[in-house]
Amino acid sequence: MKHHVYLILLMASGVLYAADTPQSMMERYATEAKAEQSDFQGFSAERGEVFFKSTHGGDWSCASCHTSVPTQSGEHAGTGKTIKPLAPSVNSERFTRLKKTEKWFKRNCNDVLDRPCTAVEKGDVMTYLLSL
Amino acid sequence: MKKLKPIVLTTTALSMLPVMADSDENFVMANIDPDWRAECSECHIAYPPQLLSKQSWGAVMSNLSDHFGSDASLDDETTAKITAFLLDHAGRSRKQSEPVLRITETRWFKHEHDEVREVTWQKADGASNCAACHQGAEQFNYDEDFIKLPR
Ligand code: HEC
Repeated sequence: MKHHVYLILLMASGVLYAADTPQSMMERYATEAKAEQSDFQGFSAERGEVFFKSTHGGDWSCASCHTSVPTQSGEHAGTGKTIKPLAPSVNSERFTRLKKTEKWFKRNCNDVLDRPCTAVEKGDVMTYLLSL
Repeated sequence: MKKLKPIVLTTTALSMLPVMADSDENFVMANIDPDWRAECSECHIAYPPQLLSKQSWGAVMSNLSDHFGSDASLDDETTAKITAFLLDHAGRSRKQSEPVLRITETRWFKHEHDEVREVTWQKADGASNCAACHQGAEQFNYDEDFIKLPR
């Protein structure tokens, strides 16, 4: 009986936490990108890298908090708190919860660009981070 | 009796009393809201709710999209849940005409830190980085015994 309960819990937690992967998110952003741009040609790691390292009219770039080497830990530009690396190759927790990823794209894009990011921008950044 | 003394001192001297402290500045909370703990510790450590008044937390939580210059917005459901937790554990203070939003600008904080030198603030990366000196800050323990100044 006890074992059954554990098994069910295990399965439930698997379903809850393993639902999103970097790949499933990329597919989602690709679908959105096609709706955004009729001539969408696919994501680009180079474009993502330039986007990540540039300021976009304000003081901060993505690299201000995540460093320009996203396989390394960053530091929050306002509070000094350590931020774990963004690249999934060194931090397997990255891009495993769509809700979290979307929450941070919303906040970070607002802080850096003063507007939401497009699906193309999100997909480019992810392609860049997944290439590291 | 011995144990009560620091709490009493804090109350009278500072008019903002950290409720439920088991020693002077160890904030023990019975039912920690997991969303509060997770969401409020992503950019900085989760600051003990006792450090601001209800009025102040209400103001902070109603303007998360411009949170001291950063977008810290949350979905409505999570915002409501965390707000309830904060109000439930908020410190008591005199009615303020304008709510103090920064913990570092409360009378309590200034009083507690009036001996901290400028170089120490610099080495700590600013006053929002409690854990630079308070070794127990992530467990909400700000007891004097756990302070180690950064070098
Ligand atoms: C002011 C600091 C700051 C800036 C600037 C910033 N970020 Fe972040 N970012 C954070 C913090 C803090 C987190 C959450 C902490 C964590 O997950 O370790 C985070 C998390 C993320 C995540 C979540 C990934 C996941 O699913 O775990 C992504 C994606 C991200 N940032 C992308 C960006 C992009 C793109 C930019 C530039 C437009 C950017 N960030 C700019 C602070 C920043």
